[in-house]
Amino acid sequence: MRTALQNDLGASSHEDALLKRIKDGERELFYELVQPYERRVYAAALSILRNEAEAEDAAQEAVLKAFKHIGQFREEAKFSTWLLQITINEARMRRRKQLAHAMEPIADQPNEDGEYIPRDFADWREIPSEILERHEIRDALMKALAMLGEKYREVFVLRDMQRLSIEETAKILDISTASVKTRLLRARLMLRDLLSPGFGGGWTTKLSFAKGNKPWE
Amino acid sequence: MGVNCEKVWRESSNYVDGDVSPDLRKAIEEHAQGCPRCATVLAGLKNIVQLYGDERMSEVPLGYGQRLHRRLENDMLPARRGFMGWMVAFAASILVGGAFEVARSASVGVPEHVSQHSQPADRQIPPDLGVLVSLGGKLFHLPTCRSINNRASAVAMTAQQAMQDGYTPCPRCLRKYLRVV
Ligand SMILES: [Zn+2]
Ligand SMILES: [Zn+2]
Repeated sequence: MRTALQNDLGASSHEDALLKRIKDGERELFYELVQPYERRVYAAALSILRNEAEAEDAAQEAVLKAFKHIGQFREEAKFSTWLLQITINEARMRRRKQLAHAMEPIADQPNEDGEYIPRDFADWREIPSEILERHEIRDALMKALAMLGEKYREVFVLRDMQRLSIEETAKILDISTASVKTRLLRARLMLRDLLSPGFGGGWTTKLSFAKGNKPWE
Repeated sequence: MGVNCEKVWRESSNYVDGDVSPDLRKAIEEHAQGCPRCATVLAGLKNIVQLYGDERMSEVPLGYGQRLHRRLENDMLPARRGFMGWMVAFAASILVGGAFEVARSASVGVPEHVSQHSQPADRQIPPDLGVLVSLGGKLFHLPTCRSINNRASAVAMTAQQAMQDGYTPCPRCLRKYLRVV
């Protein structure tokens, strides 16, 4: 039986071999290298851009940039980390353009990392994950996520949705592990508050965010 | 060890991740048994982590993988072009360079404050200067620059390459080249 660690080592030596062959000129192998991470690349772009078409375009562009600069990839880093850093940069650049066009105030990211006090104490234990079969539930969860400030959304998506470690999340976003933990705590608590009131009955019609209020403001 | 509600909330995220000491874990659980508010916060966080961590929450658009693959293949084509292909590209670059000369001589007489913004600064920057580019960003920098965004993913190239790829000089570290002489 293979342990998780062995699997990981197996995967990374396969990756090393692929990288070497690509750098030696077998460029068509690049897709094989990227494929295991293509979903993460999309998720990372979506966490910043919040728009599927924009996220897909940014994901493609990031992969092309990685391909173009593969010769510069330093192998002491993990390829997936490097690829996601490029993706985050690409998405942020596009987001800045969006904001510049929309003349939207950058109030999206309140600059306070202070204490977050839970607001809602309705009881909502034991949510069966079967509810995710329902499209409107997934939709409601995504809408709640979209209401978080960008810096919370990035951390939450990489850590809780893409299941990356605290350390890897920190590397990708170029922030400290302490910041990852603080933002993660806040993201989780905000989401809990956003989704609290309706859990357990008539949830989607009674969502607090359906009324457009942001309880943390 | 006794803990109050604020401490439970502050540690709730670490607690859900199993990232607290055994003592703290015990204290949090004891507190939550007598405190319905904290019990519901912890239960809620567990639900959040579990629901959002579900694969169904990270769907990609239909056909995303194929479209990515196709785009990549299209992009690889230039790499496969033969000698003639490269000659064409080389000739084209000479043409572009030529056009540039024309543009430059046409701009003689433009007031200085205008030309500072409208003219690329490549006259002064040595083409083989080693610079760093932050992929996804717009600027290229000297390796010593402190305002490189996400340094870990920055790649090295020459100033000429960087400009060909559409990057512009960083106004901080490359300012001396941007000044109009
Ligand atoms: Zn309490
Ligand atoms: Zn710079």
